[in-house]
Amino acid sequence: MSISVHNLTKYYGREKAVAGISFEVKTGEILGFLGPNGAGKTTTMKIVTCYMPPSSGTVEVDGYNIFDRSMEVRRKIGYLPENNPLYLDMNVVEYLDYAARLHGMNGEAISQRLKLMVDVCGLGSVRHKDIGELSKGYRQRVGLAQAMIHDPEMLILDEPTSGLDPNQIVEIRKLIKDIGEKKTVILSTHILSEVQATCDRVIIINEGIIVADGTPEKLQQEFRGAEAITVEIKSSEPADAVAVKLKSLAGVEAVERSGTSGHTHSFTLMTAKGSDVREELFNRAVAERWVLLELTRKGTSLEEVFHKLTRAEGGS
Amino acid sequence: MNALSQYRNIIPIFRKELRSYFNSAVAYVVIVVFLGIVGWFYTSNLFLINSASLRLMFDIVPWVLLLIVPAITMRLLSEEKKSGTIELLVTKPLSDTEIVLGKFLAAWALVGITLAPTLLYYITVASLGNIDHGPVVGGYVGLLLMAGVFVAISLFASSLTENQVIAFIIGFGMVFAFFMLDKILPYVPEWLTTTIEFLGVDYHLGNISRGVIDSRDVVYFLSLLGFTLYLTMLSLNRRKW
Repeated sequence: MSISVHNLTKYYGREKAVAGISFEVKTGEILGFLGPNGAGKTTTMKIVTCYMPPSSGTVEVDGYNIFDRSMEVRRKIGYLPENNPLYLDMNVVEYLDYAARLHGMNGEAISQRLKLMVDVCGLGSVRHKDIGELSKGYRQRVGLAQAMIHDPEMLILDEPTSGLDPNQIVEIRKLIKDIGEKKTVILSTHILSEVQATCDRVIIINEGIIVADGTPEKLQQEFRGAEAITVEIKSSEPADAVAVKLKSLAGVEAVERSGTSGHTHSFTLMTAKGSDVREELFNRAVAERWVLLELTRKGTSLEEVFHKLTRAEGGS
Repeated sequence: MNALSQYRNIIPIFRKELRSYFNSAVAYVVIVVFLGIVGWFYTSNLFLINSASLRLMFDIVPWVLLLIVPAITMRLLSEEKKSGTIELLVTKPLSDTEIVLGKFLAAWALVGITLAPTLLYYITVASLGNIDHGPVVGGYVGLLLMAGVFVAISLFASSLTENQVIAFIIGFGMVFAFFMLDKILPYVPEWLTTTIEFLGVDYHLGNISRGVIDSRDVVYFLSLLGFTLYLTMLSLNRRKW
């Protein structure tokens, strides 16, 4: 089950929402679509799910073009749209049954799949409640159950955890990860920790174009710049003297004093790209008879990569 | 793929919509209000004219349907648009035709169910006096065909907007216009009168409910119905433009 998107462009009126993006998704991959609001994530998903056609470009799902073989594509995809729309006046089982029937399932197949979905998504206790009475977390699970009811080979989830509380987010992420072991999943989000927690691969999209594509680790590596190291040193020497000695270490570009209380001084060291000064710092501390109370390296987080990529583009 | 299986998804949509009428209070409110108004107008005059006929009832029902049909149809598509469920519906492996027909048939069926209890008047009146059965059969066929046209027009109105109130007003306006067409005949130029008369719903209803089911009238209703449903499908497809 693979998706290949080629040179996809979408205009809304004169506004360009997606500006010629191309990417491939392989079977069994969990792909995170990351980008600020309005970057084109939702538009891309709406096109892949056959909700609306692109202005130009092609999308193939498992070799089926979304134009000519739309029905085959739709059968293969389970979709959770943005904001998780549901029929609030139906109860959970009724709704899942309806979704299954629209996929052409019937009788025995439905009751088996329905039971499984209720179990997998933890809906047992609310199965006969109206969806309108459910909390947001349960509604999200109903939305996911609906997307998976026909056992699709691919799931497309548009912001699956938006509006949930932290516990629910952890549960839904775990659920998505479990599903991702067997299925291809594309999820969109603007929450970075989500991508780190669930995805095998990230595509960062901004203003309709792809600005980065790779595993979360790879992106961090690629965009790793100067690192910051925070140290806390206990010494009888004055803070200024310590700072000067720290500055003389190879690889340290700048030293910033961030506080002193008694004989304890805190510093933030900015280091050159690619250098690791921790070992030398430790040796120096021993030689100078400083007591090293804290030594922390702050690597570039995916968050910083994201800010770098999307702000530079957006600010122009 | 054979011709029938192409439309099999009409059934779940039809069932869902009809069930939702009865799960909410809509169906019961509609039935009670309809029977209340029709019953009151009919029975209060029935004994005055002292004749075993359903004529009076067939005169009042279209006026009540004018209001009730847009009301039961207004949410069918507009609500799906507003809540976003339309996005789920149209990305399921089913055609727009199935969606429109399923919803159309559900609302039409509710009108049928609402009309059904009036058969009691027929039974009662038939047992009281000599009733001419032709106009009764014609009357019901005519009412059902007219209701079908009303439902189709209101469903089209519902596809135009995501606001139910607007859908109701547009639906009512269009249905009312078609119903009133032959009432404006005195005010139109003479060369137009036949055309306008033919376009009006009431003219054909009058023909059928005299007990003469003429193919011209049936064709009129069915083609107006089909055309409106087609417009609805086009309107549902607007997202693709």
